[in-house]
Amino acid sequence: MSSSPDVRPDDVRPDVRPDDVRPGAARSGRWAVTGYALVQVLLFVPIVVTFVLVAVSSVLVVVWVGILLLAGLLPAMRGLAGLHRSMAGRILGTSLPAPYLPLTGGPLADLRTRAADPMTWRDLLWMLWAMTFGFVVSLLAVVLFLGVVTLPIWWYGVLPLLRGRATVDRAILTTGRTERLEQRVEALTASRAVVVDHSAAELRRIERDLHDGPQARLAAVSLSLGLADDLFETDPEAARRLINEARGTSSTALGELRDVVRGIHPPVLADRGLAGAVSALALDMVVPVELALDVPGRLPAPVESAVYFTVAECLANTAKHSGAANSWVSLQHDGAVLRGRIGDDGRGGADLRKGTGLPGIAARLAAFDGTLSVSSPPGGPTVVTWEVPCSPSASSSPRTMRS
Amino acid sequence: MQPLRVVLAEDHALLRAGLTQLLEAKGFTVVAAVDNLTELERALDDPTAEAAVVDVRMPPTFTDEGLRAAISVRARRPGFPVLVLSQYVEQLYARELLASGEGAVGYLLKDRVSDVAEFVDALRRVADGGTVLDPSVVAAVLDRRRDTPVDRLTEREREVLALMAEGRANAGIAQALVVTEKAVAKHINSIFAKLDLPTDTDDHRRVRAVLEWLRI
Repeated sequence: MSSSPDVRPDDVRPDVRPDDVRPGAARSGRWAVTGYALVQVLLFVPIVVTFVLVAVSSVLVVVWVGILLLAGLLPAMRGLAGLHRSMAGRILGTSLPAPYLPLTGGPLADLRTRAADPMTWRDLLWMLWAMTFGFVVSLLAVVLFLGVVTLPIWWYGVLPLLRGRATVDRAILTTGRTERLEQRVEALTASRAVVVDHSAAELRRIERDLHDGPQARLAAVSLSLGLADDLFETDPEAARRLINEARGTSSTALGELRDVVRGIHPPVLADRGLAGAVSALALDMVVPVELALDVPGRLPAPVESAVYFTVAECLANTAKHSGAANSWVSLQHDGAVLRGRIGDDGRGGADLRKGTGLPGIAARLAAFDGTLSVSSPPGGPTVVTWEVPCSPSASSSPRTMRS
Repeated sequence: MQPLRVVLAEDHALLRAGLTQLLEAKGFTVVAAVDNLTELERALDDPTAEAAVVDVRMPPTFTDEGLRAAISVRARRPGFPVLVLSQYVEQLYARELLASGEGAVGYLLKDRVSDVAEFVDALRRVADGGTVLDPSVVAAVLDRRRDTPVDRLTEREREVLALMAEGRANAGIAQALVVTEKAVAKHINSIFAKLDLPTDTDDHRRVRAVLEWLRI
């Protein structure tokens, strides 16, 4: 398994989909719009304060205090932007997605992700707009309403005014369709590269396993049988010994083939689907595993396989590294998304960036727009969670596979 | 002694022919050698059939129809002896087979057939109402139960426990470990005392007690 360092599965933005903007929600009327304008006017002070503090903290980063301040301020800024994004969405009658990079890991890593996110810079730009012209527009709407004699102007003017502001808000606070598609293409290219890499490495591993194991042993079997054939008349005792030897070797070869096949596609997964195969995995574990499996029917075979190997990898890690006394697995499919959680009470310290196991399975899940995150502070507990969008498999009849 | 009338289900033609030849040579009568689920079910309804040797994976879906057929025939004909063969052994399947009725059931890797005497012995034990489990299943279970009283057993006693769980009688255990039957009986008494199990002279009941204790 290999994944190049610049194509990490968590760079993939599964939340950015071209179909995220759903038209059809009703646009807000005069009263609601005026209400939103009032909220926007009231939020003027918090926006100004946040903007100034962010600007000051950015300078203070050089003396470390700024990092601490930004860790608190950036989420606040996102909160303000999020509020306006949803108001703009309601005014325009569409739902506006928040295209931030997904957060993974601890507070420092999150801060780094936030600072590197282009959306953060757009949020800052938006604050400049919201403090100036945006504020003036909202204030005007409120004043027109409160001015009584100006009510007729309010009646006709408030909707175009606020829709205008909302349009600008939307333009800054969300990415356009083209941009989203570009990001989507980027994400798909990245995850495809990882998957291709991964499967090529898998094929190499399988080739090596077959070559070093069963192939060599079968050659030895045929050699033993040939010798036995030769000695049959002259030294039946030696011939019998050779045949016995061949039998033992062929048994070992079969055992090795079984291991290889289990690594490709476990038979119990083909037979029983995800829930059955995970139960079988749990039975083989030394550490007791508590199961909560709610996966009715069968899922598409590639998803079943990817999730099965996710569980297998995590349980193997639990057995090998965690020193845990208990572990648990939960799988739940609600018809559109398969959610999985797996945890143990061991010593923690698992890292998505270390080793090849976890990054490999994260890459496999990313191929289905799945996400995986690991929480494993030193001292434990370790919890791995993942989500894979998938619908139930159309055909429940398993594929044709010879025994 | 009348030869035992056996139904054989194996979809691979070479193995089916080989197994038929082996069984006939060892004094069994193969009443039907089938290669798919429909024919297997028909053959198992034959009231003169006395036991079945069944492959797990077969047409039409090539998954676990052999196993399901084995479990369903034991529901229709309680205690009908079935020996299930597979390229893979799964604890999950072992559990399901053991739950399908008291005794007269076996679950072995296909490669065990290469030891003809062992295989024939296993089939006879199953037909006789015994329980036969593949050594790899037993080994996995013993491995899992390391922190339990199994820990208090000596190395030799653990070997005897494993062979008992595989379904062997005293004579079979003595032969496998190259010791006397008397020595085996002594080990068994010691094991049962350490695991707090009631001693039982009946082989089949003893195997079941061990399997139940191991919670396979």
